[in-house]
Amino acid sequence: MSALTPSSGNNTSAINTAAIDTAAIHAEQLCRYYRMGEAVIRAVDGVTLTVRAGEFVALLGSSGSGKSSVLNLVAGLDRPTSGSVTVHERDLAQLSREELAGYRLHTVGMVFQSFNLIASMTLAENVELPMRFAEVDRGKRDSLAREALARVGLQGRMNHRPSELSGGEQQRAALARALINRPQLLLADEPTGNLDSHTGTEILNMVRDFNQQLGMTVVMVTHERALAERYAQRLIFLADGKLVGDESNHPAATDAATNNASVKAGQR
Amino acid sequence: MKLPDLTELAVRNLRESFLRNSLTTIGISVGVASLVAMLSLGIGLQQLASRRLMKSGLFDTVVVTSRRDLRNFGRDEERNAPAPAESRILDEPTRQQIEHLPNVLEASPDIRFITELRYEDKPHLTMVAALPASAQSTDAFESVQGHFFSSDTAPEVVIQKAFAEELLGKTPKSGIDETNVAQLAAPLLGKELTMRYAQRETLASAPSTAAHGSAAAASSNGLADAAYSVVSREQKLKIVGVADLDPESMRGPTRARVFLPLKLAESLHVMQPTDLRELSSAASDQPVYSSVNVRVKSPSQVQTVEDSIKKMGLNTFSILDASRSIQQFFKVLDVFLGIFGSLALAVASIGIVNTLVMAILERRREIGIMKAIGASDGDIRKLFFAEAGAMGILGGVLGVALGWAIGQVINLGTNIYLKRQSFPPEHFWSVSWWLVAFAILFSFGVSLISGLYPAGRAARLDPVQALRYE
Repeated sequence: MSALTPSSGNNTSAINTAAIDTAAIHAEQLCRYYRMGEAVIRAVDGVTLTVRAGEFVALLGSSGSGKSSVLNLVAGLDRPTSGSVTVHERDLAQLSREELAGYRLHTVGMVFQSFNLIASMTLAENVELPMRFAEVDRGKRDSLAREALARVGLQGRMNHRPSELSGGEQQRAALARALINRPQLLLADEPTGNLDSHTGTEILNMVRDFNQQLGMTVVMVTHERALAERYAQRLIFLADGKLVGDESNHPAATDAATNNASVKAGQR
Repeated sequence: MKLPDLTELAVRNLRESFLRNSLTTIGISVGVASLVAMLSLGIGLQQLASRRLMKSGLFDTVVVTSRRDLRNFGRDEERNAPAPAESRILDEPTRQQIEHLPNVLEASPDIRFITELRYEDKPHLTMVAALPASAQSTDAFESVQGHFFSSDTAPEVVIQKAFAEELLGKTPKSGIDETNVAQLAAPLLGKELTMRYAQRETLASAPSTAAHGSAAAASSNGLADAAYSVVSREQKLKIVGVADLDPESMRGPTRARVFLPLKLAESLHVMQPTDLRELSSAASDQPVYSSVNVRVKSPSQVQTVEDSIKKMGLNTFSILDASRSIQQFFKVLDVFLGIFGSLALAVASIGIVNTLVMAILERRREIGIMKAIGASDGDIRKLFFAEAGAMGILGGVLGVALGWAIGQVINLGTNIYLKRQSFPPEHFWSVSWWLVAFAILFSFGVSLISGLYPAGRAARLDPVQALRYE
């Protein structure tokens, strides 16, 4: 995948046919309702949007706006009540549970607000875990995990357990794990929510580097508009499960300081 | 996920909640131990019984009698048998014919008579039986004090413990007789007995001759050949052995108090109860036997040998039918012991279900994470199966060891008790390799079945729900 050329289009160009060819994600009248006793909660209510390959998109909205639900649907963790999500021309609604697991394994990498590392495993084991599910050879796994942790600057912490690390370190390890099977899509659910602003910046610099260097499509859920404006090329606003805004954004050029930090972290 | 990874993750998870999983595993091992203990006991008892019975010579022996033998009159099997006229006489040629049948080791006539034995000028009336040399190898004579006959024709006797007591003027006590055989044997071995007996002597010429005068018998229908005289004789015999046998035992030849070597007994031509009856038909001077004991190479061939002897027109009897019902009894016993043993394992399997369901609740989030990063339902299911299976195998191995130890302790305890009661030690317990393999596999299988529900539940866990909880 080629390196991204900054925002050559906006939401109008996103729905023209030429753009759909390079669409990474396409949601069509996407709905997800939950039943809570008598009441029906419309977490996602008719969202239609297209994310092009290589784009860095931020999903913005207050809590309960349905942004995380959209992310879960795109991640294949949840199935829509109606409508469809197509990722790289695969309609997720048509996939079996087994195929969906394969999709999560190979096509999607996820990072979470609470890091979601497995507490009983060391960092190396955590990073290795998706490769176990992918049945990668043992010898190969070891070097890949080592490499991935080195890329996020944790080469010295391989045999530590998550509880022995700071939040930022844990999120970096989670990033390494998300990228270990070389997915085309990185989905981040409030990745900086549990971090101080400095560490948050550090993480997002890394995400941006992966976006630019590996041409990875990034969808980030956040409620911090400032952070989104700083990194994302496109801001999508959700409220009450509906799409209420979609604007392109020109993120600030990578400043020298953060760039240095990420280059240092990204040493292979 | 590949098997080594699965095993590694399962073992890691088991170590995480070490106490709970250890307790569950101990539960399984107690279940397996009880199963192993029960089955070992059943098998051990069966082996003990069949070892005893095989050694007793009961199962490879066929008793052959003439169909004319009145002793068998009215027995069930006789009713379908050919009429007595078609049957044949159990004489020496017939005995030799039986001996030449395939799979027959030996066909020895059953000679027994009641007669008077004098010891230190006191008469003792008792049953005397002849023993073939092969009797030495059966368990009945393995504990003989002194020795067995030096040859098949030696003028020697082996006497029963009870008869030895009688000779020494001791009254046999009822119940468990604790008198030492060796003590009884000491004053008797090498001593001489005088046996007075009635000899059958075939008459050479006229039936009316009564050469020695004691008794004479002749048939009224003029069959001069069949006539014989009965002569009183004496034979000196040396006591060479004292045996501790049960005179009431099932085994035919041992139902006597004094034993003679077979060839010697044959040469004495002792008057037999059947002799009078044989007069009417016996036309030769060949000895006629009331019964012949046939020893067969192995118990499995008893049936065929019996069949071919029956074809010759003779009656047969073997303990084979009895042994079949004994085997059946032990099969039923094994099943019952197995069921009781399995009950403990069933209880243990509920423990597995409980432990794994608890593990699901505890690892809800972890399962959610695994699913989010790409684990399939199958991976999660296999992981829980692997944990159940690992507990099963571990519990199985521990259980077999525990069961074996319990068996050893019981064996030891029983043998100490037996020794106090002055019985020889016995091996009641038999843990065979296939029982070990079966127990471990069974434990593994039960654990996997127990894992079915928890594994299915874990696999179906909704990752969105699982990750929502902090």
